[in-house]
Amino acid sequence: MTKVTMTVNGKSVSGEVKGNTLLSDFLREDLRLTGTHVGCDTSQCGACVVHVNGEAVKSCTMFAAEADGAEVGTIEGQSNEDGSLNVIQQAFQDHHGLQCGFCTPGMVMSAAALLKDNPKPSEAEIRDYLEGNICRCTGYHNIVKAIMAASGQDVPAVAAE
Amino acid sequence: MYSFDIQRPSTVADAVAALATDEAQPLGGGQTLIPTLKQRLAAPSVLVSLSGIAEMKGICTGDDGSLCIGGGTTHATVAAEAGAYLGLASLAGNIGDPAVRNRGTIGGSLANNDPSACYPAAALASGATIVTNSREIAADDYFQGMFATALEEGEIVTEVRFPVPEKSAYMKFEQPASRFALVGVFVAKYADGVRVAVTGASEEGVFRWSEAEAALSSNFSADALEGLSVSGDGMISDLHGSGAYRAHLVGVMTKRAVVAAR
Ligand SMILES: Cc1cc2nc3c(=O)[nH]c(=O)nc-3n(C[C@H](O)[C@H](O)[C@H](O)COP(=O)(O)OP(=O)(O)OC[C@H]3O[C@@H](n4cnc5c(N)ncnc54)[C@H](O)[C@@H]3O)c2cc1C
Ligand code: FES
Ligand code: FES
Repeated sequence: MTKVTMTVNGKSVSGEVKGNTLLSDFLREDLRLTGTHVGCDTSQCGACVVHVNGEAVKSCTMFAAEADGAEVGTIEGQSNEDGSLNVIQQAFQDHHGLQCGFCTPGMVMSAAALLKDNPKPSEAEIRDYLEGNICRCTGYHNIVKAIMAASGQDVPAVAAE
Repeated sequence: MYSFDIQRPSTVADAVAALATDEAQPLGGGQTLIPTLKQRLAAPSVLVSLSGIAEMKGICTGDDGSLCIGGGTTHATVAAEAGAYLGLASLAGNIGDPAVRNRGTIGGSLANNDPSACYPAAALASGATIVTNSREIAADDYFQGMFATALEEGEIVTEVRFPVPEKSAYMKFEQPASRFALVGVFVAKYADGVRVAVTGASEEGVFRWSEAEAALSSNFSADALEGLSVSGDGMISDLHGSGAYRAHLVGVMTKRAVVAAR
């Protein structure tokens, strides 16, 4: 077992992990932050996306030991300080960007990483950035609309409508 | 996953020492190795994580003008900072998805030498030099067939040096589920000739298409490739495409790369 210390959503946390403990398992099982979802566990679906030192990563494809000393952000840290939904989350609700909600934590974390680097992405840039986030329900159009809205842009009549 | 310990050295020397233990294996970005461990296709007793080694990260320009990329540099960093070599930067920016690019490294990709991976095509088409903790290996000697390279047990790719071409482009025909190359072709035009490397197609892994190189070296245009083709024999054949289909794509992607080269 190795001791790890990291900052998760602004709070310092420590724990004992095995070499093969995934970051997703540490967040969900040890810290009980179950908002990070594990959809595939094979690096394909993006439901487990969190931020490590500000960058989107698949937490099922990184060991907890490697996050020692890192700043980690999860979906639980996304809401506003008063607990209300942040701009991206609210836009997902307003534009029906979720149905079952399983992919949503990863979608929101990916969207937040995109908007940090590219505050006004085009529709094509949004679709390209979401390449690694799979949704079984929405057909993606409403997710793309939500991210357009969250970035303060007009919501277009997107393709295939 | 079987159980193992993780070590996080901060220098190449410490990593090499840690790798001297039996059953120790380097961990780059983990984007290939972690899925492999989950399938229990590897059983190291120690993983030596290279992600904390600052001297293996980053991009600089060498005295001879070549682009030197640390073996631990992520695909995202190459996409953002290798602007001096546009074909290479755009290749890195189209590997997998953003989260994969934020972790996966050039050293890991070249060490793995997946027959459908992108970087091997860039390294071979550029005549790059693979630098390890103990020696320098020319790309022409480095790739030795599917998943096989010249690396010895415990040897670490610390840097890759790319001579910068006058013009280049990588064209990938994506396998949409995996996002790897069904066929990918990298074309690089240097003052002394053109090099063409093909990934995704051959059962022997990445290879140079010498007929196309000769034709393009005397006339760098898609027309020069008219009538040239590779044989479907020895090409990968699977549910995504037959060997003959892949062979056909090699010609198509090479033409597209020549047209796109800048
Ligand atoms: C969803 C998804 C999509 C992908 N799409 C693509 C794609 O389109 N194109 C593409 O080319 N790749 C793709 N990949 C693979 C990706 O590029 C990996 O990052 C890369 O193949 C391995 O790099 P890594 O740093 O993650 O290495 P790891 O997974 O950590 O290691 C891979 C192997 O290399 C060894 N190793 C790692 N670093 C070094 C080093 N510096 N020196 C010596 N040995 C080392 C390890 O021991 C292991 O055997 C994809 C992966 C995923 C999960
Ligand atoms: S659970 Fe991590 S990518 Fe699907
Ligand atoms: S809302 Fe159900 S998987 Fe995306």
